[in-house]
Amino acid sequence: MVNPLVCVKRVVDSSSEVVLTEDGQGVDGRFAGFTTSAHEECAVELAVRIAAEDGGPGGSGATVLTLGDADAVEQLRSALAVGCTAATHVLADPQAYGPADVAREIAAVVRDHAAAGTAHDLVLLGNDAADSGDFQVGIRLAYELGWPVVNGVSTVSVADGVVTAGGSGPDGHETFRLPLPAVVTVLEGGVEPRYPTVPGRMKARKVPIEEREPVAEPVGASRARLVLPPPSPSTVQVLGEGPGAAPAVVDLFERLGVLAR
Amino acid sequence: MILVLVEVSPAGEAVETSREAVTFARDLAAAGGGVPIDAVLVGTPGDALVGVLASYGVRRVHALTGPAYESFCGAAWAAGLLEVRERAGSVVVMAAGTPRGNEVLAHVAARTSLPMAANVVSFEGLSPFTVTRQVVGGAALEEMRLAQRPAIFTVAGHAVAAAPAEAPGAGELVVETPTVADADLVARVVSTEEPEPDLSGALTSARVVVGAGRGAGSAEGFDDLLELADLLDASLGVSRVVTSLGWRPHHEQVGQTGSRISPDLYIPCGISGAIQHWAGCSSAKTILAINTDPDAPMVTKATHAVIGDLHEIIPAVNAEIRRRRG
Ligand SMILES: Cc1cc2nc3c(=O)[nH]c(=O)nc-3n(C[C@H](O)[C@H](O)[C@H](O)COP(=O)(O)OP(=O)(O)OC[C@H]3O[C@@H](n4cnc5c(N)ncnc54)[C@H](O)[C@@H]3O)c2cc1C
Ligand SMILES: Nc1ncnc2c1ncn2[C@@H]1O[C@H](COP(=O)(O)O)[C@@H](O)[C@H]1O
Repeated sequence: MVNPLVCVKRVVDSSSEVVLTEDGQGVDGRFAGFTTSAHEECAVELAVRIAAEDGGPGGSGATVLTLGDADAVEQLRSALAVGCTAATHVLADPQAYGPADVAREIAAVVRDHAAAGTAHDLVLLGNDAADSGDFQVGIRLAYELGWPVVNGVSTVSVADGVVTAGGSGPDGHETFRLPLPAVVTVLEGGVEPRYPTVPGRMKARKVPIEEREPVAEPVGASRARLVLPPPSPSTVQVLGEGPGAAPAVVDLFERLGVLAR
Repeated sequence: MILVLVEVSPAGEAVETSREAVTFARDLAAAGGGVPIDAVLVGTPGDALVGVLASYGVRRVHALTGPAYESFCGAAWAAGLLEVRERAGSVVVMAAGTPRGNEVLAHVAARTSLPMAANVVSFEGLSPFTVTRQVVGGAALEEMRLAQRPAIFTVAGHAVAAAPAEAPGAGELVVETPTVADADLVARVVSTEEPEPDLSGALTSARVVVGAGRGAGSAEGFDDLLELADLLDASLGVSRVVTSLGWRPHHEQVGQTGSRISPDLYIPCGISGAIQHWAGCSSAKTILAINTDPDAPMVTKATHAVIGDLHEIIPAVNAEIRRRRG
């Protein structure tokens, strides 16, 4: 059985204005709220689909993992609500953990679960985290485990112990095919993450979450500090309100010379 | 020595982002008192490519060849980079912050157990070596120390403009055949299909792009926008919300995880202007935002705006164009 493990990170929803914490070490999510990045939502969807076809009727189940503070349980519950069947929470301050630290902690979970009888033959991650954007946890994890890694793909399927993954590369659509176990990092766009149903949410609330301590002290992220780029003053020229602005819009088109054919 | 991974296009040219990375390396080399720059690329380069790299100040071009390099494999590319680096003893290993550049350098970092900084925009000092890089999709910057050698990092796209050096480098070609372990070749590309012609290509080269976001309201809400695009000979570009909801195909997406456009005119309708969307459209010359919210970031960053419901404004604009054309 494949028993996929999928790794998600609780990140600040950066679609609105970004505010930094006072110590300049992280993004303050108190106003913006938190979310799971699109790449990781797609990784969850792939894990659930792979699990459903794995190991006979009902499937093998997919496990979701996060390393984060107590609130990150929200991201685990969201993944459980769309079909993951087990969850592991490494309780730690994610700002203090650099990409090598996170990779080592995920590897420890993979090893411990295997020792306890659940071998995750496939670990799915996002291509890059929406906040720290390090582009490397999955690759470091692969070296920790001594497994091969495919990076930045949008479709992943498993049959007979072989994983097939596809994504777009600079020269066209690329396909990878390799035996399990393997690490795969996912880019959004290949699958449509499903929305949680009400029964799904109810069920998710009852799943017990494995909580654990990190296995090692973090090395950290080599971060000196975060800064915000200087704001640029608005110079917008408002042409009008509502449909009455149409003549002014078409005047602009004429001035820019985009109307001629 | 500074070692730069150079990506080569199917046409055999050094891609723009790699030339930007070499330009960045030159500034770093100068700050370090004239450190030589070597390039590493995969395949056998033509004379023209070696000449271009020399004009960018490259001393040696190391070409990775052999069966391990016939199709893309991140681990094999990293093994080759490290073999060159060990022989020559470089203090910096860098690449462009492209999907491939970030991937290969993450392999280099994992194999050497060193930190890696992705998407660097500038360097702040040499001791300790400190770089500034984009995080949160460009909404914030992070200062990061790379204290150990080699320093491993990628350069964010368009952080510097690619420019040839004042004094060219020797551009000596060195053909390399690194030894690559079988285990490193497990995760390699087994097949590549040519891209479907004219998918995002039309969007990235369009002179005018009509943009549409959540404000379009539904998959059926695009008729007027498509008519406007037709009237202006424009392409349609959309926000990620639109593609995730399945209203339009992914190849129409503009932004950090979609296409980067630079039209003469961009008309984002019902798009809030999140930083990840802005990353893909900021180089448009003129931006006409149409939005119900006068405080939406897309409106405040735009050059022109109309405030109101796109479903009322766009039909009126279309009618006005048709009226003037008679
Ligand atoms: C790692 C990462 C990568 C991302 N990559 C991308 C990317 O490549 N491209 C991208 O676009 N996004 C990307 N995003 C998502 C991005 O953060 C935003 O969520 C998204 O761009 C918002 O889309 P939107 O503007 O259509 O929707 P919203 O933010 O919901 O905005 C809708 C806008 O429409 C206006 N509006 C509503 N109704 C009307 C109407 N009738 N008429 C006129 N205006 C109306 C509203 O005032 C609002 O401003 C990414 C996010 C992450 C975390
Ligand atoms: N704290 C974390 N907990 C769980 N997964 C993580 C964490 N940090 C990073 N990841 C995973 O690693 C991927 C790449 O992250 P990064 O290398 O930091 O850009 C993310 O998309 C996640 O899937």
